[in-house]
Amino acid sequence: MQWETVIGLEIHAQLSTQSKIFSASATTFGAEPNTQASLVDLGMPGTLPVLNAEAVRMACQFGLAIDAEIAERNIFARKNYFYPDLPKGYQTSQMDHPIVGKGFLDIALEDGTVKRIGITRAHLEEDAGKSLHEDFQGMSGIDLNRAGTPLLEIVSEPDIRSAKEAVAYVKAIHALVRYLGICDGNMAEGSLRCDCNVSVRPKGQAEFGTRAEIKNVNSFRFIEKAINHEVQRQIELIEDGGKVVQETRLYDPNKDQTRSMRSKEEANDYRYFPCPDLLPVVIERSFLDELRAALPELPPQKRERFENQYALSAYDASVLSASRELADYFEVVAKTCGDAKLAANWVMGELSSLLNKDNLEIDQSPVSAEQLGGMILRIKDNTISGKIAKMVFEALAAGEGATADEVIEKKGLKQVTDSGAIEKMLDEVLAANAEQVEQYRASDEAKRGKMFGFFVGQAMKASKGKANPGQVNELLKKKLEG
Amino acid sequence: MHQLTLAEIAQGLAAKQFSAEELSRSLLARIAQLDPQLNSFITVTEDLAIEQAKAADARRAAGENSPLLGAPIAHKDLFCTNGVLTSCGSKILTGFKAPYDATVVEKLGAAGTVTLGKLNMDEFAMGSANESSHYGPVKNPWDTSRVPGGSSGGSAAAVAARLLPAATGTDTGGSIRQPAALTNLTGIKPTYGRVSRWGMIAYASSLDQGGPLARTAEDCALLLGAMAGFDAKDSTSVDQPVDDYLAALAQPLAGLRIGLPKEYFGAGLDARIGEKVMAVVEELKKLGATVKDISLPNMQHAIPAYYVIAPAEASSNLSRFDGVRFGYRCENPKDLQDLYKRSREEGFGAEVKRRIMVGTYALSAGYYDAYYIKAQQIRRLIKNDFVAAFKEVDVILGPTTPNLAWKLGEKNADPVSAYLEDIYTITANLAGIPGLSMPAGFVDGLPVGVQLLGNYFQEGRLLNVAHQYQQVSDWHKQVPSGF
Repeated sequence: MQWETVIGLEIHAQLSTQSKIFSASATTFGAEPNTQASLVDLGMPGTLPVLNAEAVRMACQFGLAIDAEIAERNIFARKNYFYPDLPKGYQTSQMDHPIVGKGFLDIALEDGTVKRIGITRAHLEEDAGKSLHEDFQGMSGIDLNRAGTPLLEIVSEPDIRSAKEAVAYVKAIHALVRYLGICDGNMAEGSLRCDCNVSVRPKGQAEFGTRAEIKNVNSFRFIEKAINHEVQRQIELIEDGGKVVQETRLYDPNKDQTRSMRSKEEANDYRYFPCPDLLPVVIERSFLDELRAALPELPPQKRERFENQYALSAYDASVLSASRELADYFEVVAKTCGDAKLAANWVMGELSSLLNKDNLEIDQSPVSAEQLGGMILRIKDNTISGKIAKMVFEALAAGEGATADEVIEKKGLKQVTDSGAIEKMLDEVLAANAEQVEQYRASDEAKRGKMFGFFVGQAMKASKGKANPGQVNELLKKKLEG
Repeated sequence: MHQLTLAEIAQGLAAKQFSAEELSRSLLARIAQLDPQLNSFITVTEDLAIEQAKAADARRAAGENSPLLGAPIAHKDLFCTNGVLTSCGSKILTGFKAPYDATVVEKLGAAGTVTLGKLNMDEFAMGSANESSHYGPVKNPWDTSRVPGGSSGGSAAAVAARLLPAATGTDTGGSIRQPAALTNLTGIKPTYGRVSRWGMIAYASSLDQGGPLARTAEDCALLLGAMAGFDAKDSTSVDQPVDDYLAALAQPLAGLRIGLPKEYFGAGLDARIGEKVMAVVEELKKLGATVKDISLPNMQHAIPAYYVIAPAEASSNLSRFDGVRFGYRCENPKDLQDLYKRSREEGFGAEVKRRIMVGTYALSAGYYDAYYIKAQQIRRLIKNDFVAAFKEVDVILGPTTPNLAWKLGEKNADPVSAYLEDIYTITANLAGIPGLSMPAGFVDGLPVGVQLLGNYFQEGRLLNVAHQYQQVSDWHKQVPSGF
């Protein structure tokens, strides 16, 4: 049977406010346990929450960026459950009246198509603390530094049809929140976490299958693996005559499998009700107008502009607009060298594999955009060939010169274009390969084509790659046909 | 000295007839001597009091002369006080010393008051008799076999017995006004949002308000003036200037329009209380007031609505008392569930558990709309009744309670009969309007209270009416025998 996968994602993005959502404590990651927990964060009796206006502003920016409805009033609600790292016994969240309503995000897929993913809602809530189960000899430690960190929970429609699409969507959200400057996107530190709702159904069936929720997946790679694994598990289960049960599952990256955490029956009744300690939040039109006017160019617009302005494919444009830093880098390279296509190839090719190899971010690149642009300029004006350029690039990365010109000069990599010198070199090559020359001349046209490459290779080798390839071709032909 | 009101103390201190330290020492001695009969204090902060009294005397010597400088008071034991046990009358807060002061405590401290201690109360302010306290019941100084009302029963008993001139209390469904009525005091529950709730341990957040209990309206005006005001730490506090309550006292009552809601004088009211209340009305007429019969038709739904909303909020507010971070923790918990279950089972009393269960039920999936949402709709109707009434009258007057102070233990078997004692007071909490109770006489030697309800932020008007009545009556000057 043909199966279709249906995926909806809930992404928790930690908002990069200075202080917590309901208290004045700092939100810095990695501080000594409980040093960033105020009376409010500790859930001390008698303490009360005061909403951080910055968190509201950030949520509104997100709402505007996904073209969402932003209601005039939104309301905080309490989600009640007991857990040691939830100090008040409830999480202050939003239920019936979230700050951000229906919106959407267009994502570019690898095949070049663009898909629209619906966003059901996004709401503000506070993060919980952390339970530490090691180092306490049979007891658990509680660190409340994270308690009260503002989160924006972004809930997608079940519009996603594969693990790859899911990753593309999360990457798009990741890019968006970083463009907006509302979340640092650091998934390793938990700044962006993802719950994946996964179900399968026979292709063509209208109603959804029963879904399982995979909690807290925190890397792009794990999202893809966890979903693929879960899809496989569900298909096998159904094909073996079983039934998918609605439950919450955990993904174990070490074993590459998901396992059940709790079933629907065991799920808490959270007894949501409006938080009486907080007033409804009223968002004024003028406030939204000001925010809208100040929005930066966002990934979808940037991608579109890259397609139009630089004649890039949708996929290349979306890769290059994935982060503001990468997009800026690319644009500087393109401007410096005046050839967007070459710039895109170099940024997505050599540069990106260099960064991947050393696990670097674009803003840590050892080769600056100006250096790369300057180097591409020398390819274009025939100072160096593409092959030599790779050497120049490596030298720049290794800090062996401030500019491509300096490297070319120092290493003597300048292309030889003096036809006298090239002819002399070719004569030597042909003399050294007299036998092949004989064979060539005796061969027919078809065979000659193949053999020609051999002479080019020998010639480039003899010139250490510096001879201008066009000239080599032209002169070689002349001499062989002689 | 213990018979002096706050206003008289201010004069005495200003005239250097006695020092704050002398006054505090005298009252501390009186507390030590008499409170064993009443059990109104959970903690007496003797050293702190002497230290604060000395500081007040020093400030006065340096030229300060504010009216509350050196005034001895005590706080209901749900106001957090830095470094001092704050128990909420509950075992679950055993050993809990708050690491900070409530805004009310801070403001009164800044005004120069001297804190003699922390006062007994119904556990987590849940009760109308002050019998649910882990620290034992409080007795009514007018008859120590009877309850003083609740939940601010310790505050009421201590002030009525002249252990203190005034105290703070809180009122969620009548917890200032009802004990004031049962002990012959004046007490005011301000408009919701007038007094900061920061540091006031929550029972039902949307209903709780702090306020003073004292022997005169004038003293309430003095104290409320220092307690009230916007607080950025409480999002529900209202950013509006505080009226000059003392200045408002002197206003003549000529032209005052009083509304008498027929629902306050129907079945269930002790007729003798009704008579006392009507006698007050007659006096007010003599002072120039006019009277109009009005109706608050949705009052009949107030108790059911209250006993959904308040427990619902309480069930969530009290979740933080889980044995994990502070207060009581059960011995040798087997695991996390055991820690939660036994700490809460052993730490909370019966009434608190009852309300947590009711509230949890009311918020549960499938019941939320039928109970919580419905109760909120009723709340809106009750508010609308008041809004309509205050278009026609300035204050609404009626009895504070349907019955006199009852015997200790009398209503323990039937919680609902105790809930019904709140029938006249809880509407003000549901609507968020201010309410005041003042002495209206005695029946069988037991005090009767009359309640005045006002429009939003009309605390000044309520205190004014009470003060003017107290100029022509002396019920409030009566002293319980033995005190």
